Amino acid sequence: MKMEKNNMNKKKSPVFFSLKCVINGEKIERDIDSSVTLLEFLRNDLNLKGVKEGCGEGECGACMIIVNGMAVNSCIMMAIQIHGKNLITIEGLKDKDKLNRIKKSFIDEGAVQCGFCTPGMIISAQALLKKKPKANINDIKEALSGNICRCTGYEKIIGAVKKCAEG
Amino acid sequence: MDWGDRQMKKEKLSYVGKSVKRKDALLKVEGQSRYADDYVFEGMLYAAAVRSPKPRIKILGISGAKAEKIPGYVTLVTCKDIQGVKQWPIVLDDYPFLCEKESKFEGETVALVVAETLRAARQAAKLVRIKYKELPFLTDPLKSLEKKSLKIYGSDNVFSRFIIKKGDAKAAMKKADITVKDEFSTNYQVHGYLETQCAIAVPEPGNLMTVHSTTQCPFYVHDAVAAVLGIGYNKVKIIQTVTGGGFGGKEDVPALVASHAAICAVKTNRPVKLVYDRKEDFISMSKRHPSWSSVSYGAKKNGKITSCIIKYVLDGGAYSTLSPIVLWRGAVHAAGPYKIENILIEAYAVATNKVPSGAFRGFGQPQIVFAQESLIDDLSAKLNIDPMDLRLKNVLVPGAKTSTGQKIEASCGLKETLLAVRKKSDWNKKIKNKKSLGEKVRGMGVSAVYYGVGLGAKGKFLDRAGAYVNVFRDASVNVNVGNTEMGQGALTVLSQIAAETLNAPYKNIRVQEVDTSKVSDSGPTVASRTTLMSGNAIIEASAPLRNRIFSMAKSMLLKKGSKSSGAMTAFQGMFSMGGKKVSFNEVVAECWAKRLKMGEQGWHIAPHTTFDDKNGQGNVYSVYSYNANIAEVEVDKETGVIKPIKMTCAYDVGKIVNPALAEGQAEGGILQGMSWALYENLVYKNGKMLNPNFTDYVLANTNDKPEYDIIFVEKFYDRGPYKAKGMGEVPLIGMAGAIGNAVKNACGIRIKKVPLLPEDVWSRLKNKNKEKVK
Repeated sequence: MKMEKNNMNKKKSPVFFSLKCVINGEKIERDIDSSVTLLEFLRNDLNLKGVKEGCGEGECGACMIIVNGMAVNSCIMMAIQIHGKNLITIEGLKDKDKLNRIKKSFIDEGAVQCGFCTPGMIISAQALLKKKPKANINDIKEALSGNICRCTGYEKIIGAVKKCAEG
Repeated sequence: MDWGDRQMKKEKLSYVGKSVKRKDALLKVEGQSRYADDYVFEGMLYAAAVRSPKPRIKILGISGAKAEKIPGYVTLVTCKDIQGVKQWPIVLDDYPFLCEKESKFEGETVALVVAETLRAARQAAKLVRIKYKELPFLTDPLKSLEKKSLKIYGSDNVFSRFIIKKGDAKAAMKKADITVKDEFSTNYQVHGYLETQCAIAVPEPGNLMTVHSTTQCPFYVHDAVAAVLGIGYNKVKIIQTVTGGGFGGKEDVPALVASHAAICAVKTNRPVKLVYDRKEDFISMSKRHPSWSSVSYGAKKNGKITSCIIKYVLDGGAYSTLSPIVLWRGAVHAAGPYKIENILIEAYAVATNKVPSGAFRGFGQPQIVFAQESLIDDLSAKLNIDPMDLRLKNVLVPGAKTSTGQKIEASCGLKETLLAVRKKSDWNKKIKNKKSLGEKVRGMGVSAVYYGVGLGAKGKFLDRAGAYVNVFRDASVNVNVGNTEMGQGALTVLSQIAAETLNAPYKNIRVQEVDTSKVSDSGPTVASRTTLMSGNAIIEASAPLRNRIFSMAKSMLLKKGSKSSGAMTAFQGMFSMGGKKVSFNEVVAECWAKRLKMGEQGWHIAPHTTFDDKNGQGNVYSVYSYNANIAEVEVDKETGVIKPIKMTCAYDVGKIVNPALAEGQAEGGILQGMSWALYENLVYKNGKMLNPNFTDYVLANTNDKPEYDIIFVEKFYDRGPYKAKGMGEVPLIGMAGAIGNAVKNACGIRIKKVPLLPEDVWSRLKNKNKEKVK
């Protein structure tokens, strides 16, 4: 795995933090630069490139991951905030050995275009359906309202999630 | 194989016309697709731009003294480091790769810092000091046009102008029974592709340069990188990475980003990644042109439109980039899709000291269509004719002539699209019985659109495309093309076309992302031309392969004892005749065993087009797509908020190659057009962009989504691949017009500005009520 350095401080050397957490079912123990964002940590240190940066300020949802069951924007969290927590990224979203059903539904319903919003969308949908397995259209619209898609017009994305909610 | 045969006669189509699954969907849902920023190369450095802080400055010096102190700092790159040409070759070549003496807009790249990490590069870039003197600047295109105005481009601040003249529009306007005239304006639109601009330049020994770039137009990047480095085209290779949306925003400007990365890579002799954050993407990358227009129509009492006069001005920003051709497309379509004998259109693209405007889905059409379709409705009100009937009376039909005097050919379903949306939306009933729930009133509005597919007469020398089709021994097929996948589904649609033509199983086909070393310059991936141009190129490359495969199949079937009396059928990878069958895989193995040539190239050029610069007349596009929209909205009279309810839209884009993908293009385009019409409001003040982020520049989200009702009217185009035309841009173009007309229908207010902001609706309603009270 390729490491990308994140030291930025001019004079001070970076403050390190001993991070322990679980990511996609795997125990992670690492000394990290305490100034890195969660998004930087996931992409650069763990090579989880499915987590995307769309805006860097928590507005577009492309960087969404699940932390202790909640869908959050990883670009506006610091990596140290996940200490002791359980994370799922798009890479870790699986139904045992099979393709995750939301992922499958996105393919079947034509909910994917450029694909850049797709991981975040699927993560938001997963967090919703975990909490509310029989979510209705309004629940889905609300849950995905923090995820911007510039390609699809949302119709097929909402349809793909709805199909999983009913099934 | 002749053209008749390739249209499959009455044979059942295997894949074309079917909603096969996207080729790239699995990797995308798994988060495994690799976009530009996901790549890391050994020894890679990071670049960050040093940007001009003011709308217009004279540069007195650039100092990296403070930046050098940042740990990880490597070097400062300025225009002095450019070994090739200093100006970006595009249309008018006025845009310097890096500023030398003057910067013309806030956010322009003046220099670049290269560092070991992205953070260090960005931090150091902020510490580079530009010593400058502020210069006077222009922000209003109408002021730029004034004779006495400050000059920032040429002798008149005009990048480009066009005239379209047919008949005698002024005389006809005087003679008309009814005339309408008004002025309209539209604001910027930001592409908002979710993946920001990014390029990685990787130098190799022998002066070679490979650039990995998120782009719609790898060949534009190729032109720019070869020019800026001053090396041969054969030493430069551009590889398109999986592209996270384009919409025109990755047409020209990725060439600039890639060139910057390449200059840095040459200077440091290491791979360099240049990735933009969202703010710098906002302030420095292209936008939809703001526009101003004055439109008038004249008509007879019976509703026959006799004259149209338009003045159309686009705010091009600081450099011309694509403004001349954006303006041209807007100008030739400006009068609308109607049979009008007398036309006078004057169009200007003008310089201001703001971010350069460029390509955005619709390319100069949506702005003028908003104006022109709004005014057509006002004309119908004055004539007391239903707006749908007025359009049906005047729209282009086969044999009619456009404003450039072009005779419309057989593939024209505009009338059918209007009839389809009228029926489907229940227009006749709803328009008479308007719904009103207290302060909330509903209304519906229509718009009609035509769209010249491809680059047309002003871009004809770029309107060609290549393909290389290679059938391997294991019967898998590789296809290289020169047009890109950016989300629209090109890899899938082109795979369908290849599979159909070769009678290969769809799963056997792999169409690759563009690599400029594999296929000749196929022009840009714009103008809804990819299915048409690359599709035809694939068919042309496949034709000789198909001949070999089909005749081999026939001889194998005969050997198997098939009676040759019946014709051979080919369907989904299987050949059958006289009760015997042989598979594509078996046939290909036999072709290889016989040492047949199984790789072929195709080259497709667009049919001849013409444009006379003196009067704007000519056969400007080889074919048009058509569309009609009905928007239903609800206006809250208390707040002025417009809620989109339902969009009923019909399209004639020829044969639909993949219905699910076509629907996706329609829905996405409708929402993007609606979002521009209602929400997106970029604010400039004194040459400074005030809201360069998704918090303050609002894009439509799931809660804004209207109901869609999509209809396809397939008017086959004989020269299209399997009779297809072009689709991508069409759905966006007419949305603002339809929505504006629906608002007028709902509450009687004509908003003449995009976006249609609640405060404008509210204040106009308030004034209207006051007038009533008086």
